[in-house]
Amino acid sequence: MEFLVALAYGFVATLKDVLPIAIVIFGFQLLVIRKSIPHLKKVLFGFLYVLIGLVLFLQGLEQALFPLGKLMAAQLTDPAFIYKGLAAIPDVIRWQDYMWVYIFAAAIGFSTTIAEPSLYAVAIKAEEVSGGAISVWGLRIAVAIGVAIGISLGTFRIITGTPLHYYIMAGYVVVIIQTFYAPKLIIALAYDSGGVTTSTVTVPLVAALGLGLASTIPGRSPLLDGFGLIAFASLFPIISVMAYAQLSEWREKGQKQKVTKEHD
Amino acid sequence: MRAQFSIFLGYFLNSARDLASIIAVITFFQLIVLQQPIPNAGEILGGVLLVMLGLTFFIRGLEMGLFPIGETMAYAFARKGSVFWLLLFAFCLGFGTTVAEPALIAVAQEAASVAAVGGVIAQTDAAMNSYANGLRYTVAISVGFAILVGVLRILKGWPIHYLIVSGYIAVVLMTTIAPEEIIGIAYDSGGVTTSTITVPLVTALGVGLASSIKGRNPMVDGFGLIAFASLTPMIFVMAYGMTF
Repeated sequence: MEFLVALAYGFVATLKDVLPIAIVIFGFQLLVIRKSIPHLKKVLFGFLYVLIGLVLFLQGLEQALFPLGKLMAAQLTDPAFIYKGLAAIPDVIRWQDYMWVYIFAAAIGFSTTIAEPSLYAVAIKAEEVSGGAISVWGLRIAVAIGVAIGISLGTFRIITGTPLHYYIMAGYVVVIIQTFYAPKLIIALAYDSGGVTTSTVTVPLVAALGLGLASTIPGRSPLLDGFGLIAFASLFPIISVMAYAQLSEWREKGQKQKVTKEHD
Repeated sequence: MRAQFSIFLGYFLNSARDLASIIAVITFFQLIVLQQPIPNAGEILGGVLLVMLGLTFFIRGLEMGLFPIGETMAYAFARKGSVFWLLLFAFCLGFGTTVAEPALIAVAQEAASVAAVGGVIAQTDAAMNSYANGLRYTVAISVGFAILVGVLRILKGWPIHYLIVSGYIAVVLMTTIAPEEIIGIAYDSGGVTTSTITVPLVTALGVGLASSIKGRNPMVDGFGLIAFASLTPMIFVMAYGMTF
């Protein structure tokens, strides 16, 4: 019974989310385009499936992954765990003591990105449009690696207390330099992949990790230092996706050169 | 019916594979690193099944509903040839999908409490609510504007990197003058605006437009709308922080 109530509640919440989109689409369709939608029944069923899918998805996350993920973030950042072998908690924070936090941040960033539905959607389109040159899995893994590095570095920043904007600006410089050298076809997609990584699955878990760290480390304020992890998670995939394209281009060139040499 | 079922089964197995890595990470850290038992294993298993089922429905729904409608509308607008209506549609889509976004509402409220603690606004509920609402509408307008500019870019065939790089430069410059407490929130707000329903719809719209306009390449020109939608909120939120 409790489960059904939660499900109904989730359904209403998701419906509220979908409603403005539906109003915009059908409003323009009826008033401006004034043509009937082809396969209307199928499209409506598609919307219904999306709705059902999101409700079940969010309910499952709330029930299983979020509580456990948040609990683990709290346990891993707890000073009692970090200084387990020591008699007393030292006065000075050493970033080396937080090794498990970095590893956890990278692992959870990678795995939640693989399960992120909006990234999946973009990857399907990218494979379709590129005629298979960019595979669904290749893109998802490239993005996931970027998120893993980004979140790991973001936790390092919270622990050391270094200013956020230095990291972000340095990241921008790398992106700008890469833009000049990366294959033209990948650039727009790479920029897009920054925004799609951080939605339903990643944000709540990552936010819990950031808040856990910022509230257990002396001198950090959860309000000021807890933010910023999402910014890392949306910047580094841009770098990793362009790097993925650059690497595949180099590999192709290398193979071509090899082939021509063999022919000589 | 049979065919439908086997399609669903295929998606379901894919979802299982997608989630396997999360489960592996959580089990490893809980049992080996933290050396704690997994609480409520039964409930968690049920939750994982729900997530798998949800992903399956979602992906199937994408291919039946969101992708086709995004593309048909792009084609219809391209045939109609009215730039005004297309741009208005782009703005409404960006604004409408963002203004109700729960992640944004949460971030706006947190931002209001940061501002109240920092003494930027009064520590009353009324002041905080009006700050949070102002921020929410600011971000929603910025996303509407972003999709509008992105669509205009596809129509005109402007190279994306000039626009994005100048956006970055604007972010960097504003960071130096914006109040410090707003910076983290501004940077994060770029990531929270693009929801799970907006992304497929906007992507289909962009790719559809680029494939129906002569001389545009869907790979080069079709993507990039999301990039704009995650860049402009940073600029607008910092501007919002500076007005107080």
